[in-house]
Amino acid sequence: MDLFVSQVLSGVASGAIYGCVGLAMVMIFTSTEKINFAQGEMATFSTYVAWTLMTVGLPYWAAFAATVAISFAAGVLIQRTLLAPLRDAPEMSQVIVFFGLFLVFNSASGAIWGYLPFDFPSPVKAFSTGTTLIGAHQLFIILVAVLMLTLLFLFFRYTSLGLCMRAAAQNPVSASLMGVRVGWMLALGWGLSAAVGAVAGIMVAPVVFLEPQMMVGVLLYAFAAALVGGIDSPPGAFVGGIIVGVLENLVGTYLVGTDLKLTVALVLIIAVLIFKPTGLFGSRRVARV
Amino acid sequence: MKKLSANQKILAGVAIAAAVALPLVTPDFRLFQASQVLIYAIAILGLNLLTGYNGQLSVGHGAFFAVGAYSAALLMNFAGFPYWTTIPAAALICLVVGLLFGLPALKLDGHYLALATFALALAVPQLLKYKAFSKWTGGAPGISIDKPPAPFEFDIFGRAFNADVWLYLFTLGITVLLFFCAWNLVRGRIGRTLVAIRDQPMAAQAMGVNTAIYKSLIFGVSALFTGVAGALNALTVQYLAPDSFHMFLSVFLLVGMVVGGMGAVPSALFGAVVIVFLPNIAGSISKSLPGAIYGVLLILLVYFMPKGIWGALDRLRQFRLPRHRDTGSS
Repeated sequence: MDLFVSQVLSGVASGAIYGCVGLAMVMIFTSTEKINFAQGEMATFSTYVAWTLMTVGLPYWAAFAATVAISFAAGVLIQRTLLAPLRDAPEMSQVIVFFGLFLVFNSASGAIWGYLPFDFPSPVKAFSTGTTLIGAHQLFIILVAVLMLTLLFLFFRYTSLGLCMRAAAQNPVSASLMGVRVGWMLALGWGLSAAVGAVAGIMVAPVVFLEPQMMVGVLLYAFAAALVGGIDSPPGAFVGGIIVGVLENLVGTYLVGTDLKLTVALVLIIAVLIFKPTGLFGSRRVARV
Repeated sequence: MKKLSANQKILAGVAIAAAVALPLVTPDFRLFQASQVLIYAIAILGLNLLTGYNGQLSVGHGAFFAVGAYSAALLMNFAGFPYWTTIPAAALICLVVGLLFGLPALKLDGHYLALATFALALAVPQLLKYKAFSKWTGGAPGISIDKPPAPFEFDIFGRAFNADVWLYLFTLGITVLLFFCAWNLVRGRIGRTLVAIRDQPMAAQAMGVNTAIYKSLIFGVSALFTGVAGALNALTVQYLAPDSFHMFLSVFLLVGMVVGGMGAVPSALFGAVVIVFLPNIAGSISKSLPGAIYGVLLILLVYFMPKGIWGALDRLRQFRLPRHRDTGSS
């Protein structure tokens, strides 16, 4: 029973990471209908920035805040310079741009910081949860993720900027007629999702070690998380992440071992999607004739 | 039915003649690269039939490539098939696999289909490495097969007609055949139906098109093309390992399709040239950052040719010959 509980709890912790990256994807998806495949690599790059800031002597939280700010700015910049001019290009061409970004960030991380894994600090390393069921850092991940989700919810629900962003995503034409600068709202969405990705990267790095491929696996689970939760629902992405994380751990422990855990987890997810094609919390797509 | 104009016929004929004459002027190594271009062109063509013409996004065609390659290798190593029979066998196997995968894929749309196919791309290398199958697949180290021999050997203009030349011509013959088949498939009623399903699924259904049958059939045909490419690749490289069918293979096929140009048959050749040679170009520009240069080159390609190389050529043609604009001949 202890094994089961601890597997579920660590699944929740890694699921919180998947949920965060999934959330970052959903934020770009709701406004552009596209999946940003470079999300994970951008997060890895941000984590390296945080690592560099810490090695030059900044305290953990200062480096954390600085990294989030830098990532936000970089996200806005990428949207304004690279993607805004391609607004009218065919959808698949934009996907290829995402893949190009993936290669650029992946290769740049490796070229600047090397391919050796780094140990990444965790602020709660000294603490103990007093039980073997869940580690201090895992608990920390869950808390940070929940806090971030709450902040984002409050931002989108109760600030006028959040309202403008939602309007720009839902109905760009009407929003721009009401004076919302839709292009900038998209850029802000990119900034926010880069910042969320940075937080996810900083959280996951102490668990998996910091190296250029750190996020490749996470990205896939995050994608699955976003789809299981419903691609247009931010809380759905988070819940989806937790489901995927727990499922992954239980499948690995009880069914097939680590060899095929990824495969089986994905097959299960696809099976779910076949019966519930819009995900658990997604809104039903209504086609107009 | 669209027909080729006289100019296009001449162009195709010259291209094929040049490709046949290529071994006379190139060393074996370049010939290997040329075979790779043809093989990827077939694979991209298969993907283009599915994604470009029918709008079903697959991020997992590397899986069919792997199935074709392993089918060919296993049939040769364990069932004693002569090498040339593995091509139709791999085609048949991949057709069935594609049809089987296309059935559940009917329920999935857009990004969900992308996830399902992506999962396939990730699962296949894992399954190939899996212990229980390693008796046949060779596990992670992979398996090798015998090099197909040339049926006859002679010298022509000082160039030995050896196994490498034969393999190239064999690949070329199958490429020409498959491109002809694909072109015949898309230029008539079936092609129009596929495009109609892509652009206006509801209207197509209302017009009496059985979208389910077309969508799963084209999934099978697309897998067939890509599987044949995989089998040819196995014959050309003579060595298979699960890691050569990493998920990046699927992504590169997708890149080739988009950069070449979606929804056109010959564009696959351009896409294949890009994915075979662009990494080399990137590597020669910067030794330390090949991935980043590759990424930047890709972004630039999309930036300047958002509809792919084929789209850019098409625009160039219309720009130069405004009188010859298509008047909807069908």
